[in-house]
Amino acid sequence: MYTAIVFLPLLGFLIAGVFGRQIGARPAEIITTTLLFIAAALSWVAFFQVGYGQTKMLVPVLGEWIVSGGLRIDWALRIDTLTVVMLVVVNSVSALVHLYSIGYMHEDPHRPRFFAYLSLFTFAMLMLVTSDNLVQMFFGWEGVGLASYLLIGFWYEKPSANAAAIKAFVVNRVGDFGFALGIFLVFVLTGSVAFDQVFAAASGLANKPLHIFGMNIDAMTLVCLLLFMGAMGKSAQFLLHTWLPDAMEGPTPVSALIHAATMVTAGVFMVARLSPLFEQAPAAMSVIVVIGATTAFFAATVGLVQNDIKRVIAYSTCSQLGYMFVALGVGGYSLAVFHLFTHAFFKALLFLGAGSVIHAMHHEQDMRNMGGLAKKIPITFWMMTIGTFALTGLPLTAGFFSKDAIIEAAFASQRPGAVYAFILTAIAAGLTSFYSWRLVFLTFFGEPRWAGHGAGHGASHGAAHGEAHAHAGHGHDDHAHGAHGHGHGHHVEPHESPAVMLIPLFVLAFGAIFAGLAFKDVFIGDAGSAFWKDSLFYGPQNTILKDFHYVPAAVPFVATVMMLIGFLVSGWMYIVRPGSADQLAKRHSLLYRFFLNKWYFDELYNLIFVRPSFWLGRLFWKGGDGKIIDGLGPDGVSARVMDAAGRVVRLQTGYVYHYAFAMLLGLAAIITWYLLGGVR
Amino acid sequence: MFGFGILTGLVVLPLVGAAFILLQRGDNAAGLRNIRWAALLTTVVTFLLSLYAWALFDTANPGFQLVEERPWLGAGLVYKMGVDGISMPFVLLTTFLMPFCIAASWDSITHRVKEYMVAFLVLETFMIGVFSALDMVLFYIFFEAGLIPMFLIIGVWGGKRRIYASFKFFLYTLLGSLLMLLAMMAMWGVAGTTDITKLLATSFPPSMQKWLWLAFFASFAVKMPMWPVHTWLPDAHVEAPTAGSVILAGILLKMGGYGFLRFSLPMFPEASQYFAPLVWTLSVIAIVYTSLVAMVQEDMKKLIAYSSVAHMGFVTMGLFAMNTQGVQGAVFQMISHGLVSGALFLCVGVVYDRLHTRDIAAYGGLVRVMPMYAVAFMVFTMANVGLPGTSGFVGEFLSLLGAFRASPWVALFATLGVILSAAYALYLYRRVVFGPLEKPALAGMTDLSPREIALLAPLAVLVIWYGVQPGAILNASAASIELLIKNYDAALAVTKSAVLAIQ
Repeated sequence: MYTAIVFLPLLGFLIAGVFGRQIGARPAEIITTTLLFIAAALSWVAFFQVGYGQTKMLVPVLGEWIVSGGLRIDWALRIDTLTVVMLVVVNSVSALVHLYSIGYMHEDPHRPRFFAYLSLFTFAMLMLVTSDNLVQMFFGWEGVGLASYLLIGFWYEKPSANAAAIKAFVVNRVGDFGFALGIFLVFVLTGSVAFDQVFAAASGLANKPLHIFGMNIDAMTLVCLLLFMGAMGKSAQFLLHTWLPDAMEGPTPVSALIHAATMVTAGVFMVARLSPLFEQAPAAMSVIVVIGATTAFFAATVGLVQNDIKRVIAYSTCSQLGYMFVALGVGGYSLAVFHLFTHAFFKALLFLGAGSVIHAMHHEQDMRNMGGLAKKIPITFWMMTIGTFALTGLPLTAGFFSKDAIIEAAFASQRPGAVYAFILTAIAAGLTSFYSWRLVFLTFFGEPRWAGHGAGHGASHGAAHGEAHAHAGHGHDDHAHGAHGHGHGHHVEPHESPAVMLIPLFVLAFGAIFAGLAFKDVFIGDAGSAFWKDSLFYGPQNTILKDFHYVPAAVPFVATVMMLIGFLVSGWMYIVRPGSADQLAKRHSLLYRFFLNKWYFDELYNLIFVRPSFWLGRLFWKGGDGKIIDGLGPDGVSARVMDAAGRVVRLQTGYVYHYAFAMLLGLAAIITWYLLGGVR
Repeated sequence: MFGFGILTGLVVLPLVGAAFILLQRGDNAAGLRNIRWAALLTTVVTFLLSLYAWALFDTANPGFQLVEERPWLGAGLVYKMGVDGISMPFVLLTTFLMPFCIAASWDSITHRVKEYMVAFLVLETFMIGVFSALDMVLFYIFFEAGLIPMFLIIGVWGGKRRIYASFKFFLYTLLGSLLMLLAMMAMWGVAGTTDITKLLATSFPPSMQKWLWLAFFASFAVKMPMWPVHTWLPDAHVEAPTAGSVILAGILLKMGGYGFLRFSLPMFPEASQYFAPLVWTLSVIAIVYTSLVAMVQEDMKKLIAYSSVAHMGFVTMGLFAMNTQGVQGAVFQMISHGLVSGALFLCVGVVYDRLHTRDIAAYGGLVRVMPMYAVAFMVFTMANVGLPGTSGFVGEFLSLLGAFRASPWVALFATLGVILSAAYALYLYRRVVFGPLEKPALAGMTDLSPREIALLAPLAVLVIWYGVQPGAILNASAASIELLIKNYDAALAVTKSAVLAIQ
C-alpha cells in the first residue's frame, strides 16, 4: 500500500508526460487526477492505521541506491506517524489541486504537461517525506525543486516567469549547498547517512567539540546549522526567502500546491524528522527561533502593502512558515507539524480561492482593480472568508488551535531568543489579521473598480492612483504589473467558477474549520505521545509540550486580541474610511516604500551576488583566460614560434611548418636527453 | 581471434573497418552510403564485442584480466594488454559512444566522408588501446597517436577558426606529453621494465617521485583539462564537428583521469600525497572559476566546454582525496560526464544542423516548435546540474563526500559549484528553449528526426538509469579501487615508519 501511495503519482506523471500528446488533454487530466485521489484515500487509511494503531514504524526497502565503501544508501520508505501526517497533507491537497486545475486550466493548450508536472511534484514530495536516509531526502528535496522550477516557468513565454523559475531553483540550491555539507559532516561524524544509525549516534555526539574550517565549534551545532540552511532555502526563511513571492508567476493551482501547502513545508518536516539531531544542538535551535520569528514578522510587514492578491498570500505563507520554525526552535516539534497540517488546509483554500477570483476577473491579479466582488461571486467570497478566519485564528477554527499554541510555546520557552520570538509572533498575528482582512475588503467590498474607469471614481479610484504613483515615483518595476496589465479597460463581467473548482474549495473549507478541533488532541494534546510514538524525539529537558499549557491566562488572550485589532483597523481603513490607507502611506512614505519593496532584498542581492558573479565571469573569461593564460601561453608561444620559423627557416608562412618546427624542437630535446643519459 | 585475445580484437576491429572503407569509392551516393553503413556497423560490432569482454570480466577480481602478452620489437618491449575494474568501464564507454558519433555525422558531414570515417575508426583503436595497454611504451604510443586523428578531425572538418583551435590543442597536449615521455624513460632506467604491472610493484625513491609525478601531471593536467591549462578545450570544442566534440568531451578528457589512476596515484604515492593540496587548489579554482566563466558565454558549445572543465574539477578533487568515495565518485563522474556532455554536444549539434549557428542569442522559444528536443535537452541539463536521480548526482555527491573527508575546506568551496552549475545551465536553457519564439528563422525548425531520437533516447535512459541504479558502474570498479587505496595507504605507511626509524 505504501509503495502504491508513493508511486501512483509517478505513474500518472509517466502516462501524462510521455503519452500526453497521444491520449489528449482530457484523458491525461482524468488519469492523473484519479491516481492522485486513490493515493490520497490510501494515505488517509495509512494515517489511521499508523497514527491510531499500534504500528510504530515500517521501513520497506525497495532496493539499494549508492554503495561505496562504508557508505550505503538504500531506496526505502520510512513509514511512521510523521510520515503519514505528511502523506495525508501532500496527497489530499495535491488531489484537490489536480481536480481544481481541470477547471482552472481549461483554456490552456498544454494541459497534459501541466498535469504531468503536478504529479511529478507530488512524487518527489512523497519520496522526500518517506525517506529513510538523508540522501533520499535530498533526492526528494531537489526533485521538488525541479518540479517547482518547471511549474513556475510553466508559461515559458513570459520572461518574468522564466526569471522567477531560475531564481527559485538557484536560491534553493544555495540552501542545498548547506544541506549537502551537512550530509557530508553527518557521514564523517557517524559513518552513516541512514536515519537509524545517525539518530543512534546523535546523543553520543552532544557537546563534542570539532575543529573544522579553522575554528572550534560544537559538532552538533554545526551539523544542525548546515542542515537548517537547506531548510531555510526550501521553506523560504528570512535571507533565503526571495524566491517565494516571485514564484507566484506560476499558475495559481501551483502556488496553492507547492508554494503554500506542501513544498515549502519540507524544511519544517526536515527539522521535525531530524529532531534527534536538533535536540542535541541548543545553540542551533536558538538560531532557528530567531530566524523563524524574524521571518514571521518581516513577511507580515511586507504583506501589509502588496497589491497583487497572490503576493499577499505568498507573504502570508512565508510568515506562517516562520511561526512553524519558531515552534521547532523551542522544541515543540508536534506544534510545528500541527500548524503545518492546519495551514495546508486554509492556505490551499485561500490560494485556490484567490485563483477563483482571478479566474472570475479574467486573469486580473491586482486588487486595486477589484472590489465589490462579494455579490458577483458569493461562493468564492464565503470560501475566502472562511480561509481568512482560519488564518487569522478565529476561535475554534484550525488556525486558532495551531497558531495560538505556537505563540504560547514561545512565551513558555526558556530558550534564548524565545522572548524575541514571542513579541514578534504576537505582533505578526495582528499584522496577519490586518492584511488578510485588507485582502478580503479590497477584493470583495467597496466600489467595483473593474468596470472600466467610468464607474470607479471617487475615493477608490484615487486610491489606485495614489499607490500607482508611489510605484512610479521610485522607478521600481514590479513584475506582476506589466504581466497582468491586460484585462484593464475592456469590459469584464466577473463570473462564478465551475463546480470542478468549487468542490475542492468546499473540502478545504471543511478542513480549515474542523481540522484543528478534530485533531488537536492527538497532535498537541494528551493523546500526543500515543499518536506520535517515537517519530518525534524530545530530549529529557524538553518539556515544552507540557509547559505551553500552563502559561498565564493572558497569553492566549494576546493572540486573539491582536487578531481583533488587526480586523478592526483593517475594517476602519478600507470600509469605514476608504482612502485613509493612502494618506497613511503618503505620510510615512519612506516606511511604505520600504515595505512595498520587500525591504529591498532583491536589489541588495542583485548588487552583492548576481552582478558581481557576472562581472567576475567576464573578468575571468576575457582577462584570465584570454589575456593572461592564452596571452602568455599558446598564443604567445605560437607567435614566438612563428617569428622564429619565419626568420630561421625562411619558408612560406604556413601552419604546417610551425607544427613541424614544434615537433623538431621536441625531438631535439628527446635526443639531447637520451644522449646525456647514455653518456652517464 | 587469430591467437590474440579479445582486447586485441577490440583494437583491431575498427582498423579492419577503416581498411574496408578505404577501399570504397567516396564519389557517388551509393559509395557514401556504403561508407557510412560500414562505419556504423564496425562500431556496433566493436561495441558488441566489448560487451562480450564485459561478460567475461570478473568484477570481484581486483587485478588485471583478459591479459595477453607477446614480445614486440625485440629489445625488452612487449605488447601487453589487459583490463581491470578501473579501465573496463572506460573501454565500454568508448565503444558505446562511437556508434553515436558515426550516427551524429550521418548528414552533417558531406565532404571527405571517407577520410572522416577512417579518422574516427582509427581514433577508436587508439582510445581502446590507451585504456587496455599494460605496457608503458604501448600506452604512450596510443596516448599520443590519438592526438593525430583528433587533430585532423578538428583541422579538416572543423569550423572557421579550426586551424587555430587544432594547433592550440596540439601545442598544449604535445608539450605535456613530451615531459611524460621523459619521465617514462627515467622510470625505465630505475625499474628496468616498461610493464605496468611490474611498475606498480616498484617503489620509486621519494625524491625522484616528485619529479616523475610532475612530469606525468603536466600531461594529464592538460588532458583533463585542469585550470590553468584548460584554454585549449573551449576553442577545440567550438571548432570541432559535433561528433568530434562528443569524443573529445566523452573520452579524450577521461584519459587524463585514467592516467592519474594508472600511474600517478599508485606509482608515486608519496608525491601524490605531497602534491594533493596543489591538485585540490587547482580543482577548486577550476570549479568556481570556469563555472563563472560559463555563465557569461555567448556560444553554446563554449558554455558546455567550460562546464566540462568544472566537472573535471570534481574528478581531480575526488581522485586526490584518495578514499573510497572520492575515487569511486571520480570514476563515476567521468563515466557519467562522458554520457551527459556527449549528449549535450549532440543536442547542440541538433540545432546547429538546422540553423548553422551556435550563438545563444540566435535562439529562444524552441520549445514551441521542438517539444521533444526540449525534453531531451532538459534531461541532460538536469544531469549536468547534478540533480539527484540522474547520473550526474552520484559522481558529484561521492566525489564531494570523499573530498569532505579529506579536507572540508576543499569540499566547502567545491560545493559552491553546485549553485553555480544550476545558474549557468538553467540560464542557457532559458535563453535557448524558453521565451517567446520571435526570431523568424526559428519558426520553421523541425523537431527531432527519428535518427536524432535514436541518438538521444538511449543516452537519456542511461543517464536516468545510472542515476537511480549506479551499482553497475560502482561495483565494476569497486574491487580495483579498493586495492588501489590499500596499496596507496600501505606505501604511505612504509615511508612514514621509515621516517620515524631515521629519527
